Amino acid sequence: MKPKISLLAVMALLSTAALAACAPPEDDDKNSGSSSEAATATSLDDFGSMEDLVAAAEEEGELNVIALPPDWANYGQIIETFEKKYDIKVNSAQPDAASQDEINAAEQLAGTDRAPDVFDLGQSVALANTDMYAPYKVEKFDEIPEEFKDPNGAWVNDYGGFMSVGYDSSVVPEVTSLDDLLGPDFKGKVALNGDPTQAGAAFSGVVMAAIANGGSVEDIKPGVEYFAEMKKAGNFLPVDPTSAAIESGQTPVVIDWDYLNAMESAKLDTWEVYVPDEAAVAGYYFQAINADAPHPAAARLWQEFLYSDEGQNLWLAGGARPVRAEAMVEAGTIDQELYDALPPVGGEPVIPTNEQTEKMAAYLADNWAKAIG
Amino acid sequence: MSAAAPLAAAATAAPETVPGRGRRPGAGLSLGPALGLVPFLVFIGIFLVIPTITVVVGAFQAESGGFSLEKIRALGEGTPLRALRESVILSFTSAAVGAVLGALLAYLVVTAPPTSVMRRAVTAVCGVLAQFGGVTLAFAWMATLGFGGLLTSVLADLFGASETGASWLYELPGLILVYSYFQIPLMVIVFMPALEGLRPQWREAAVNLGATTRQYWLQVAFPLLRPAFLGSALLLFANAFAAYATAAALVNQGAPITPLLIRSALTSEIVLGQANFGYALALEMVVVVAIVMSLYAWLLRRTSRWLS
Repeated sequence: MKPKISLLAVMALLSTAALAACAPPEDDDKNSGSSSEAATATSLDDFGSMEDLVAAAEEEGELNVIALPPDWANYGQIIETFEKKYDIKVNSAQPDAASQDEINAAEQLAGTDRAPDVFDLGQSVALANTDMYAPYKVEKFDEIPEEFKDPNGAWVNDYGGFMSVGYDSSVVPEVTSLDDLLGPDFKGKVALNGDPTQAGAAFSGVVMAAIANGGSVEDIKPGVEYFAEMKKAGNFLPVDPTSAAIESGQTPVVIDWDYLNAMESAKLDTWEVYVPDEAAVAGYYFQAINADAPHPAAARLWQEFLYSDEGQNLWLAGGARPVRAEAMVEAGTIDQELYDALPPVGGEPVIPTNEQTEKMAAYLADNWAKAIG
Repeated sequence: MSAAAPLAAAATAAPETVPGRGRRPGAGLSLGPALGLVPFLVFIGIFLVIPTITVVVGAFQAESGGFSLEKIRALGEGTPLRALRESVILSFTSAAVGAVLGALLAYLVVTAPPTSVMRRAVTAVCGVLAQFGGVTLAFAWMATLGFGGLLTSVLADLFGASETGASWLYELPGLILVYSYFQIPLMVIVFMPALEGLRPQWREAAVNLGATTRQYWLQVAFPLLRPAFLGSALLLFANAFAAYATAAALVNQGAPITPLLIRSALTSEIVLGQANFGYALALEMVVVVAIVMSLYAWLLRRTSRWLS
């Protein structure tokens, strides 16, 4: 018995020693001078003027973003434009990561200069972590509709879209309803962007199918049954529909946000986007500043840039609906050509609340794997 | 899975040191040699002990902190149980396929002269392929057998098979096929030393005593090789059970095996606050692998009596 006890003791000692070694260094000298002012700034006024903000941000020189795929809502061009406009280097980490990864990264890298400065999050993750954000109201804050922002500016919706069906019209016939996708012309051709128990886009795809089949934002069951039927017909493709998969013809039909499908149209002439009138499911992403941002001024400048007319039009160029669209239409600052090019949506848009999402997610967690397994 | 092969090598070498089990009188703990061990212990502490403690503690914690059996109980629900079952089926099948085919291949290699090109080529290739897993392997198979893959198109042209292929590659049967790709070479590597330990003298002795080839194999060689064979098969099982990257690249829907379920518990943006459930799943895997590795160690001790 004895040796075992001493071994345990050694292990316990070792692990506490190592734990102490692993702890992040104390960041007592991190917030010095202008940086600490930037970290508490809640609007442009706290800096003085836009020029002061630009100067403070350029002094920091870097901005850490995470989980921004270049082909998602035009982020590639947005980052490039920001870098060119200001003398700031954008470090884009893990472009393909999920929203929860962003929060995990912020927690694990807290106190280091590699932590993400800003977040772009799906609804559930965004609303579950509001205590991690630094409230900040951009110059155009008042032009953002009430339901799309936190009153204190902790988070603001950035861009949104509708759930859609993208398809290669040279491979499959025209899609006019979701029922079409169950037919024999679509055998082995329909992919969903991700696993709906994990990814927001795929989740909304199931919500769309639910609403089109007599379900509601409370009851996702008909959507799961729809995909089970699709699986039984041999039409469901369990492949991740990346851009490469779409262009190589592996996934001729993709259920995804309309702005992501619209990006494919730009690369593939025969790629069409269909938004079902009877089930127009809308979703917005959430933008927030990390309260522990290592580059607080650059983070705020990034927000100002995203919500400026220029930033909003860049999102629009990616087929996404920028949150200030209505105000910009009134002011005539929107790129009308791009705005008119958005896929037509006839029905009343449906946006599930967080509670409804949670309820549906619980059902999905138990039943999705069974339905498509 | 890269850890598996060195582990096997270390385990095979281990019996040399076992005889000194009863501590020699006067061999007290002198400080010099113990100091040399410190870096190793620190390494083990950081990369093995702390993660294990974290997993165990996390598995018994509720989301809000505090002791709770809630997450352990959740392991008994439908989805995690099914994932565990599929994980075991996948590991068992790919280990069985790998063990049988790998053992046959190893036998062919061992019977070739030690300096022959065939033997050197096969061992070298196996050494590489046993480590060829992860995303690269998954994509290699997708490009070959996936939708619109090379072989799929050829088959469609030649036999009029469905041009779009079938989705089995992205499900359990596909995983078994793809895992076998690194399991067979690994078996060759870990099983060859045992085959090499089969002395020609034993066969000569059997023949001298009038045994037929059949009798020699059934009564001498098979019983001698059995523990090494089973031991290697268990190693293959653990190897497949812990493999993650290949499956992650291949499977996009439904998280059929436990490692993928852990990923989904940690990164899901739909079902939140599952981190502790991820710990519980990890603990479940630790338990399964611990059982398998204990069996492995036990079998290895039996083999070492004969083949060393």
